[in-house]
Amino acid sequence: MARVELTRHLHTFFPQLEGMDLELDAATVADVVKALEERAPGIAFYLCDERGRLRRHVNVFVDEEMIADRTRLKDRVGPSSRVLIVQALSGG
Amino acid sequence: MRAWVGTRKGTFVIEKVGGAWRPRLAGHAGMGVNYVAPDPGTGTLWAALGHGHWGAKLSRSDDGGASWRDASQIKYPQDARHLVPPPPSEDPEAASGPVVIQPATLLKLWVLAFGPGRIYVGTIPGGLFTSDDDGGHFALNRPLWSHESRGGDLFEGEGSGTTHWFGTPAAADTGEFAPGIHSIAVDPKDPQRVLVAISTAGVLETTDGGASWRSRNRGMLNDYLPDPAAEWGHDPHFVTLSANHPEHVWQQNHSGVFYSDDGAASWRKVSDPDRGVHFGFPIAADADDGRTAWVVPGKSDAARMTIDGALFVARTSDGGQSWEPLREGLPQANAYDVVYRHALDHQRGCLAFGSTTGNLYVSEDRGDRWACAATNLPPIYSVRWG
Repeated sequence: MARVELTRHLHTFFPQLEGMDLELDAATVADVVKALEERAPGIAFYLCDERGRLRRHVNVFVDEEMIADRTRLKDRVGPSSRVLIVQALSGG
Repeated sequence: MRAWVGTRKGTFVIEKVGGAWRPRLAGHAGMGVNYVAPDPGTGTLWAALGHGHWGAKLSRSDDGGASWRDASQIKYPQDARHLVPPPPSEDPEAASGPVVIQPATLLKLWVLAFGPGRIYVGTIPGGLFTSDDDGGHFALNRPLWSHESRGGDLFEGEGSGTTHWFGTPAAADTGEFAPGIHSIAVDPKDPQRVLVAISTAGVLETTDGGASWRSRNRGMLNDYLPDPAAEWGHDPHFVTLSANHPEHVWQQNHSGVFYSDDGAASWRKVSDPDRGVHFGFPIAADADDGRTAWVVPGKSDAARMTIDGALFVARTSDGGQSWEPLREGLPQANAYDVVYRHALDHQRGCLAFGSTTGNLYVSEDRGDRWACAATNLPPIYSVRWG
């Protein structure tokens, strides 16, 4: 099971996820988004646009590597991966 | 009376407390609120949010702003495509066409409007979404999306390859340059009739509830295209109509103030540059007197600031033949407030407007005298009574 960590910023919109141990069954980053959506309906549209592409100012790391496929989110997630979902810093 | 205020950092409300207007934070702290207004039919409050990281979201409150929750979200259908400028090529020798076809995704929720049993949302890029079930579900108006002025039907085919809808700077913070719908005027006497205005294309009208749309730009004059009277390419900043006399339609345009007394079938320019009435963003019309309107003039499209550091509102009561500057109670020195297109409203003799410098002014006597209701608010995007 992949361990998923979210930026605290997202707890503002999805307080039900705060403090929750997010151990998700996922083979790809797309699977992670799908599993998150089941736990917090609406969150997929915060992370991705209506075509499933990662939003410009959102970053996803799998085991400290930034994902490469921001369009289809096909980057692999291992059974003991740590997946980090954060807002991209855009200056300031 | 109270007014709802959308700002760069949250929703505020101004109310009269102990004889004075007072602002208070009423939700969405830290979030960009492009537009907030109540649906007069249901009392539900609706807010168009623009999250920097998380995209555009629609928010609703069913308890007068005490609590807010995400509404059903607005998404472009998977088969919605539009014409956009091509990306720059790395090859300096490569020729490019003027446009390419690209799938549409939501960039910005820009304006909300309400008719009997229907909620309207104007978006960037150039979408009109409607809900007939109190916001349970929103659908893209396909006839407008496929209008011949923007390249025809791209759902079923490849269209004409030519669009007359150009980008608006209001899209720039999304990283793209796309057209947007910022004005939706529903005729209260005949809700099948709706006017929409697009930066940068012009005004369109439906008289059959959105099944078909036609150009309403006759008489418009621009000052930046080879043909000033071109059918398309105009830059309305805001369009509104007189609620009880909906054949009277007002338009603050990039190229001046325009008025129509025949339901937007024809426009005439009613600017008065000698009195500073020409450039600006918002315009408000009197519900009971179609010949009365208010604007907040600014200095030229190049400067976009107050004229000589003095803030004023201008009022006409004769269909734009003459304009009266209204300055009492407004700062007349070292004031550089800019008032955006949705940040002026009128209801029953009360006017309110807010500026990008976070100041909010109210008049209870049709603009004759003004009181400062708030200072130091975040930059103000919208002000609506309700």
